[in-house]
Amino acid sequence: MPIEVLLVEDNPGDVRLTQEVFLDANPSVHLHVASDGVEAMAFLRREGSHSQAPRPDLVLLDLNLPKMDGREVLALIKKDESLKTIPTVILTTSDAEGDIAKSYRLQANCYLTKPVQLTAFEALVKSINDFWLTKAKLPQTQ
Amino acid sequence: MPLQVLVVEDSRGDIRLTREAFRDVNPFIHLEVAHDGVEAMAFLRRQGAHLHAARPDLILLDLNLPKMDGRQVLALIKEDDSLKNIPTVILTSSEAEADVLKSYQLQANCYLSKPMHFEAFHGLVKSINDFWLTKVRLPENDKGDEAEPGAQSGHEQGPKKSRGTKSGGTRGNDENDGGRRNAH
Repeated sequence: MPIEVLLVEDNPGDVRLTQEVFLDANPSVHLHVASDGVEAMAFLRREGSHSQAPRPDLVLLDLNLPKMDGREVLALIKKDESLKTIPTVILTTSDAEGDIAKSYRLQANCYLTKPVQLTAFEALVKSINDFWLTKAKLPQTQ
Repeated sequence: MPLQVLVVEDSRGDIRLTREAFRDVNPFIHLEVAHDGVEAMAFLRRQGAHLHAARPDLILLDLNLPKMDGRQVLALIKEDDSLKNIPTVILTSSEAEADVLKSYQLQANCYLSKPMHFEAFHGLVKSINDFWLTKVRLPENDKGDEAEPGAQSGHEQGPKKSRGTKSGGTRGNDENDGGRRNAH
């Protein structure tokens, strides 16, 4: 069974790095990318060109995104009865306490800051795989 | 400030294993134990004997508990504006899909099932420490808990700052760690 991961990220460099780490660490991960908040919601709601999109097992969500902010995407996911059970991990450059507090209040499942160093970023993505996709029990996708 | 972890667990054996595993992997953790759901809520609300209880940075919550069930404890935590932002990890022997789904519906931050074997249990506690108490950024915890800084303000100071950081093409730095990650 493939594991479906939706990465919501507008920075092409971070997208590429994340893809490479997952490819290396866990070949059963299918990584889907939405490059802004509007596309993320269309993917999750299977709208427009995303009508065949799989339901993600995990969402990795950047906060600062074009068109629709990651905070708004998070609020929409966690307000929606059918989407709220999808574990949503914030993965962002912001280490502002205000962003951390707000994300947990909106019921982000966890908050991670992207490290500056390449190797540290790779290690973090690997630890997301090790923890969320190996140790944690995820809700079964209907 | 040591990180405070509240373990809500009725099995003496599991409490002991959890203590020993944390002692091995991260001696800076301050572990508190509530043996049933009622005690857990009294601890979190600082009632009765728990008047001076520290606000936990992380809660490890079993589902099957005496007096008040872990599902109910989880629901109460996530309904309460002053408690809902405490990351709450379900740590239970139940592998039932219904329990997994229900926990995520109630906004558990994560669901882990307890392995049967000692080594695997120890390994799981280590990975809780390595991920939740090392990698993850936890909300700021002033322990006094009158009001978490920023928690009730409704202001978003963060976005502009970090958006600026991003457009500069560099990653945000982690200098603002404030002891949230253990040095280990």
